[in-house]
Amino acid sequence: MSQQGQGQASTDQLTVEKEIVDRVIARFGDKVKLAYVKPRRIRFNVSKDIILEFARYARDELGFDHPISVAGVDYPKNKLIDVVYHIGSCTNDKFRSSVLVFAVQLDRDDPVMPTLIPIYRGVEYHERETFEMLGVIFDGHPRLERLLLPEDWADIPPLRKDFHTKGREE
Amino acid sequence: MGLEIDRERIPGFDVEGKDADGMDKGILTLSVGPQHPGSGHFRLIVKVDGDIIVEALPDPGYVHRGEEKMCEYRNYIQNIPHLERPMIADSCGILYPYVLAVEEICNIPVPERAKYIRVIMAELNRCIFELYWLGIYGIFLGHSTMFMWPMADRELLIDLAEMASGARVTHAYFVPGGVRNDVPDAFPEKAKRHLLYFRNRLKEYKDIFYDNPLFQARTVGVGILRREDAINLGATGPVLRASGVEHDIRKVEPYDVYDELDFKVITMNEGDSFARAYVPWLEMYESVEIALQALERMPSGPVRTKLGPNPKGAVGEVFKRVEAARGELAYYLVSDGNPKPYRVKLSVPSFREIPVMAHLLKGAKLADMPSIYWSMNYWPVEADR
Repeated sequence: MSQQGQGQASTDQLTVEKEIVDRVIARFGDKVKLAYVKPRRIRFNVSKDIILEFARYARDELGFDHPISVAGVDYPKNKLIDVVYHIGSCTNDKFRSSVLVFAVQLDRDDPVMPTLIPIYRGVEYHERETFEMLGVIFDGHPRLERLLLPEDWADIPPLRKDFHTKGREE
Repeated sequence: MGLEIDRERIPGFDVEGKDADGMDKGILTLSVGPQHPGSGHFRLIVKVDGDIIVEALPDPGYVHRGEEKMCEYRNYIQNIPHLERPMIADSCGILYPYVLAVEEICNIPVPERAKYIRVIMAELNRCIFELYWLGIYGIFLGHSTMFMWPMADRELLIDLAEMASGARVTHAYFVPGGVRNDVPDAFPEKAKRHLLYFRNRLKEYKDIFYDNPLFQARTVGVGILRREDAINLGATGPVLRASGVEHDIRKVEPYDVYDELDFKVITMNEGDSFARAYVPWLEMYESVEIALQALERMPSGPVRTKLGPNPKGAVGEVFKRVEAARGELAYYLVSDGNPKPYRVKLSVPSFREIPVMAHLLKGAKLADMPSIYWSMNYWPVEADR
């Protein structure tokens, strides 16, 4: 099977992806919102109240055991900040080619959510980066401080859309 | 007349009380880097009790360049050259998922020949990077032959990359829709010759380096990473596979033509610094194997899909990952339908090794710090982006 257009090649089957969706929906019902199912990618939007429960279920029951990436995306038009976790699996042979994506949509003016370190220890530095780049507060994080930016950074978090690189204001 | 030392005024020498962080008396806080020759542009704040590290706090960020913000101001094609700057020794590896992501979001087909060329170049770059890293690993453990040999052999592979792309290290060779230009007609022949020589040469590394009792004394049993910690901390690449986890993106989620090529995923169960140095060496054999097979099967034809002047993406998001030389490298790309990406997030393997490093250094001897640090395959410029 050629990998060109992984998007199209196996859209009809998606059996593994659908199994993941079915299991999550059976467990959480309408508390989570399915954003999309694509080949090897499943995204749920999860509220911050059940995010820990959701992550624990994903790790213990589905075998999504290691964090690949944590990204924050700023949507000023919707007044939202998405915190997007990409979680992979090394131990569950069936799901290891899939990436489970779950996003928490936070109020842009008060972006606070619990940290996922108790479930995935590896997110510690990813969350710190999201904190300094987008100003998201992770409740319970042991070291929520500067990471990549200069120590005397005094501007707004730079990956917010209303921050502009010098000379590039548009 | 004795020399009076005002201990209160010497930072980190306050053995009577507690330091500012409330650590016990007798704990010395050392700042390793960012100018330290053994750390790269990176600082480790290390707290030692005698010569045992009780806590290590990695402090990256000295070479942060805002790659992700930069991406939002440039269109998909303009983003190519600056995105490979964080990892110039493996520039194809860091660009690969980006072009895959752009191809998916802009729906760009890739000619068959280009897929093979990409695989060959990605494997050449894997070896180029591993040799560079191995040389530095060698020199920091005081083994200067192991610095010179990989640096010299690396030139052969760089010559090949230069022949194909025109540039020695920062190739900017992968573009959405294929590769920038076709390889010269003489390339396959020369590549085979160099790769076969290189495969023979690799054996000698074992004799001089891996079988060396001094190297073994400094790495065997040092910094053992258990399998479950490796997974939960998010370790990736050779670090993960040296702890006995068979996980390689080229196998679990093959991209381009990797599913048509025959190669093994190398794992070891020891999880120590030696295994983390040995796995990449074994993987270079596999890379040579992959490149030779791809050279053999490479069809003729076009290598690049002609694009319009300013390709636009569909509205949506895409997450693409590849196995770069240091491990899983992923791009999360959000498009709002404009020619410029709305958000680009790089998840780089070096950044993922930071918590692993902190975990392994805790409880290790200070003298073992270089061998643990370098075995992480950590690259400060890549981690900072």
